[in-house]
Amino acid sequence: MARHLARPRSAGPLFVAPFMVLFLLLFLAPLGYAAYLSLFQEKLVGGTSFVGLDNYLTAIKDPQLREGVVRVATFFVIQVPVMLLLALLFALALDSGLLRLSRVIRLGIFVPYAVPSVVATLMWGYLYGPDFGPFAQLSDKLSLPAPHFLTDSWMLGSLANIVTWEFVGYNMIILYAALRTIPQDLYEAAALDGAGAWRIAWSIKLPALRPALTLTLLFSVIGSFQLFNEPNLLMKIVPDVIDSAYTANLYAYTLAFTSQQINYAAAVSFLLGLLIVIISYAFLLTANRRRPA
Amino acid sequence: MTTTTPSATAVVRTTDQVRKAPKERRGGQAGRRSTPLTIAMLAALAYFLLPLLWLLIASTKSTRDLINSFGLWFSDTPQLLTNIRDTFTQDDGVFLHWLLNTLLYAGVSAVGAAVLAAAAGYGFAKFRFRGNGAAFNLVLGAVMVPATALAIPTYLLFAKVGLVNTPWAIILPSLVSPFGLYLMRVYAQDAVPDSILEAARMDGAGEFRIFFQIVLRLLAPGLVTVLLFTLVATWNNYFLPLIMLNDPDLYPITVGLSSWAAQAQNGGAGASSDMLALVVTGSMISVIPLVVAFVLLQRYWQSGLATGGVKQ
Repeated sequence: MARHLARPRSAGPLFVAPFMVLFLLLFLAPLGYAAYLSLFQEKLVGGTSFVGLDNYLTAIKDPQLREGVVRVATFFVIQVPVMLLLALLFALALDSGLLRLSRVIRLGIFVPYAVPSVVATLMWGYLYGPDFGPFAQLSDKLSLPAPHFLTDSWMLGSLANIVTWEFVGYNMIILYAALRTIPQDLYEAAALDGAGAWRIAWSIKLPALRPALTLTLLFSVIGSFQLFNEPNLLMKIVPDVIDSAYTANLYAYTLAFTSQQINYAAAVSFLLGLLIVIISYAFLLTANRRRPA
Repeated sequence: MTTTTPSATAVVRTTDQVRKAPKERRGGQAGRRSTPLTIAMLAALAYFLLPLLWLLIASTKSTRDLINSFGLWFSDTPQLLTNIRDTFTQDDGVFLHWLLNTLLYAGVSAVGAAVLAAAAGYGFAKFRFRGNGAAFNLVLGAVMVPATALAIPTYLLFAKVGLVNTPWAIILPSLVSPFGLYLMRVYAQDAVPDSILEAARMDGAGEFRIFFQIVLRLLAPGLVTVLLFTLVATWNNYFLPLIMLNDPDLYPITVGLSSWAAQAQNGGAGASSDMLALVVTGSMISVIPLVVAFVLLQRYWQSGLATGGVKQ
């Protein structure tokens, strides 16, 4: 390697530069600008003035923000395990070689990922409909009371169903791809030692899936805590169930674009980002600690 | 940030091993097919496909029939072609605008993001230079910055420099894909053998010629994966265009459809206006291109994910 170092060393930064320049301009600059803005406040008298960390203190005490965060945390705790467990079961079933039509099934479960969340939400919103949605129509035919998908007590579950529908296939594909990289010899060796299908799944497949599971969990943390599209669209159907602070992200959006509180919105989205980074790190550290050396 | 790149204990396979794995290599392991399991999976499949079946059926109905006929079967007077025509002629053909806008934003973003990520991933994987590790870890940390926490600051900055309400407001932020970079670096590590690079250098090829003529070809499956996933992310993006654009002629499909859906809602819960049928038909049309892309490119993106996406 050593004698080839001269040229590669000079070319490397050139390959990396275009990406890094855009990264600085489009990632770090906005964050820096928002950090700057979050330290100011628009006053009725005297215009904009520096207030230090006041916006952050207000945000921490803000009951609407707290409610939104608690709501997405609840959503996360319920929806993500269900989604990842389903994705894991599907991936294991596909990988077992026991399925007929496995290619069709794999692609079919994945397809919702390609559907825009706007379309998914409009679709489910219609299916949930209490008057002419198919579920309501069916219950009517069977003389049963229509399910209340769009009421206050069902809403979080209904949202969870939409998100699960959208992302099970995506997570399944990541896990399935990881399973496919396990070398065949391991199974043969295990089979020779007398291990059955369940034993192989438990002792070989699951440990090998750990990095991929960590990855899907990480994406789920990021996705859940910035929940926006689905509640924002359903809000238009049932405004009395979903208010403009239903999720933390919806609240940040409302602050910035409806009530024009730019500085406060910057502080809120900063806090939200910080929360996500902390939770993600916590998961990564736990995952790494449990991993055998 | 070293926590996200533990390599010693990771599942490390070479691309060759994965590529050699035949389609049904598990056949021998089990030796038989299970009917109960197949039936269970088909039941699961029904859950994922039923809403799409509904969408397909619904797009053949008038707004009246949407409300009055049973949701999961066709009405007596199917009118798919009428719906498609109405969708494209409503508001002086604004839907076609949205479709083309989406195509433009998603196409440019996806190609740009894939090429940028490929070049940078290759640079990080195959060259040693000062700051290599630090720069890469900085980008990797950015994976965790949620898109929407970034979107509001980006809007504020773009408003300052006059980029709001232009196509650039959508394309520029989509060009930087930290996950894409991560994937390409892992992928390049395996898929580009040092020996080929050295041989090409011996023959006197310049670094850029090596990249465009040899490396890009070797990176193809990874490239397709990043391309496709950025394409989906931009095609389906709603939050960013929602805050960046207020001219309906610039909307992508997602924001356009949601504005139509809001109109359908205001027109007496959709009962009195014809908008509902347009929203449904427009939704159906918007789903088709991505599904086709995924099906056609299946082989590439799945091997890209298998070799790049799951190794940490």
